[in-house]
Amino acid sequence: MSSFWSDNLPKLGQMVTAIAIFLAVLAVIFFIAGRANGKKQRPIAILVFLGPALLLVVVGLLGPAIRTLILSFKGSASHHWVGFSNYHWLFTDPSERIVLRNTVFWILFTPIITTGIGLLLAVLLDRMRRESVAKSLIFMPMAISFVGASIVWEFIYKFANANQPQVGLMSSIAHHLGFQPPNWLLTQPLNTFLLMVVFVWSQTGFAMVILSAAIKAVPADVMEASALDGAHGWKLFRGVTFPMVRSTFIVVLATMVVSTLKLFDIVRASTGGNFGTSVLANEMYSETFIRYDAGRGAAMAIVLFLLVIPVLVYNIINLRRERAIA
Amino acid sequence: MSILNRSKAPKLAEQNAGRKLFGSRGASITVWTLAILWTIPTFGLFATSFRPKADISATGWWDLFIHPHLTFANYTAIFSTSTVSGIPNGIFPYIINSFVITIPAVIFPITIATMAAYCLAWVKFRGSDLIFYGIFALQIVPIQLTLVPLLNLFRTGADSGAHIGSLTLIPGLNIAGKFAGIWVPHTMFALPLAIYLLHNFIASLPRDLMEAAHVDGASHFTVFRRIVLPLSVPAIAAFTIFQFMWVWNDLLVALTFTGGTEGIDPLNNKLAGLAGTWGSHWELLTSSAFIQILVPLAVFFALQRYFVRGLLAGSVK
Repeated sequence: MSSFWSDNLPKLGQMVTAIAIFLAVLAVIFFIAGRANGKKQRPIAILVFLGPALLLVVVGLLGPAIRTLILSFKGSASHHWVGFSNYHWLFTDPSERIVLRNTVFWILFTPIITTGIGLLLAVLLDRMRRESVAKSLIFMPMAISFVGASIVWEFIYKFANANQPQVGLMSSIAHHLGFQPPNWLLTQPLNTFLLMVVFVWSQTGFAMVILSAAIKAVPADVMEASALDGAHGWKLFRGVTFPMVRSTFIVVLATMVVSTLKLFDIVRASTGGNFGTSVLANEMYSETFIRYDAGRGAAMAIVLFLLVIPVLVYNIINLRRERAIA
Repeated sequence: MSILNRSKAPKLAEQNAGRKLFGSRGASITVWTLAILWTIPTFGLFATSFRPKADISATGWWDLFIHPHLTFANYTAIFSTSTVSGIPNGIFPYIINSFVITIPAVIFPITIATMAAYCLAWVKFRGSDLIFYGIFALQIVPIQLTLVPLLNLFRTGADSGAHIGSLTLIPGLNIAGKFAGIWVPHTMFALPLAIYLLHNFIASLPRDLMEAAHVDGASHFTVFRRIVLPLSVPAIAAFTIFQFMWVWNDLLVALTFTGGTEGIDPLNNKLAGLAGTWGSHWELLTSSAFIQILVPLAVFFALQRYFVRGLLAGSVK
C-alpha cells in the first residue's frame, strides 16, 4: 500500500506543479505586459495573447504538415527522392485498393446516416414534452472511448462455434431464429458495415444535440404561421424546418466527414485493420510505425488531407459569409 | 388535423406549443425506441461487469434477467492493490495517469486558446483575419501526420529537434516518455478547434462593454481578465467537456507519445492492451471499461447545461 502511494503521489504532484507554473508564468507576463503604455501597448498585447497559440500550431501542425508533404516523395527511410511512386503504389497495390474502397464506403455512408438520424431525433424531440432522459441516453455513447465502444460491441458481435453457447447478442438472436450465425467481424465486407454501426451509434448523439438546438432556435411564430397555413408533418419539415436548419445540418455533416476520415480507434481496437476492414487513417499508422515506411505513410496522410480540402473550402466560404453578416 | 389546429391556434401559440401540434405520441414512441436501442450495448457491458466469471462465458448477459447472480467481486479485483492477473496494483494507477494527463491537457489549451481568440476578435490588426482562417484550416491536419516530427522534437540525442538541412531550428526537448510529452501535443492539437469555437463566442460579446472599459483606461489585459474571461464561462465549459472527453478517450496520441513507458500509460491505452492480454478475463475487462466510461460521463452531466449554449454562440442565431 505504501509503495502504491509513493508511486502515485509524485505524479499528482507533477500535475499540480505543472499547472501552477503555467498559471504563474501567465500571471507574471500579464503583470509586466500590462504596465506597458502608449504606443507599445497594442503590439505587446498581440504578442502575448496570440504568440503562444501561433508558436504551438506552427511547430505542432503546420511544420509537420509541410515536412510530411516532402517525405511523401521520398523512400522508406527518407534518404532519396522517389517522385510519385509512393502515390502510385497507394492507388495500384491490390491490398491498398481495399483500404481505399473501405475509406470511400465510410465517407459515403457514415456521415449522412449519423447526421440523418441525428436530425430525425432532433425533429421528434422537438415535438415531445419531456425529452431530457431519452436525449441523455442517446448522447451517452459519445462519452465512451472507441476502445470502450469496441469492448461494448464485443457483446453484440461475439461469435462462438456451433457447439458452444452464443454469448453475443446478434449471434444469439441468429441462433434463436434457427440459423448458424456467421463470424460477424471476420466476414467481408459485412464487417466494415458492422464497424460503421459502432461509429453511428457513438456520434449520433452529437449530431442530435447540435441540430436540436438549431431547431429550438427557429422562431415559434414561423412554425405557427406555417401550421396555420396547413403545413404539417413532412410538408412542414421540408418547407420550413429543414431550410431553417440547413446550414447547421451541413456544418454537422462536414464535421462528421472529417471525423470519419480521421477514424482510427474503432478499426484499431476491434479488428486491428485485419480481415479487410482497414481504412486510410489506420493504414497510415501501420505503414509508418509498424512497417516503418515513412514515405508511404506520408503519401497516405497527404491523400487524406486532399480528401478533406473540399470540406474545408466550403466551411471557410460559409464562415466568411457569416462574419460578413455579423 | 389542420382544421382542429386552426380553431385552437391562438391558445396554443400562447403556450408556445405551435410546434407540438401533431404526432406527439408517435414522436415519443420513435425516440424512446431509438433511446433503448442505443442503450442496449452499454447496458450489456454494465450488466456483464457485475456477473461472475463463470457465468460470463456460459450465458449471454440477458440471462441475468432469468438468473440474477450479481457480484461486486470484479470491481474488488480491479481495485485491489495486489497483482491482478499480471497487473501490479490493479487499474488504479492507470486511472491516476489518466487524470494526470487529462487535467493539464484541458487547462493549457483552453487558456491559450481563449487568449488567442480574444486577440483575433477584439485586437484586430492587418493579417489577423488571415491568421484566423489559417488556424481554422489547421483543424483538418490529420494528427497521424504530425507524430513523427513531434517525436523527433521531444527526443534528445542525435537527429532530435527540428531542422532545415543542417540548420537546427529547435533542439530536442527531452520530454519523450514523460507527462509533458503528452500534454504538449494534446495542447497543440486542441488549439484550432478551441480557438474557432471560443472566437465565435467572444466575438459576439457586446461591443459597448469593451469600448467602455477602454475609455476607462483599462488595458487589454485588464479587459481580458475582468470582462472576457467571466463572460466566456459557457464557451469555456462547453469546450472543457469536449477536450476532457477527447483526451480521456484518446488512443492515438497516448499510444505514440507514452513511448511504451509503463508508468504514464492512461487507462484507455491499458484497456486497449488488456483487450488482448486479458482476452479470457471478460469480468475484469468489462468492469475496467465501465470505470473508464464513468468519468467522462460525470464530467458531461456536470457541465451539460453549458454544452449547447457555449458551442453554438455565433453560429446559430
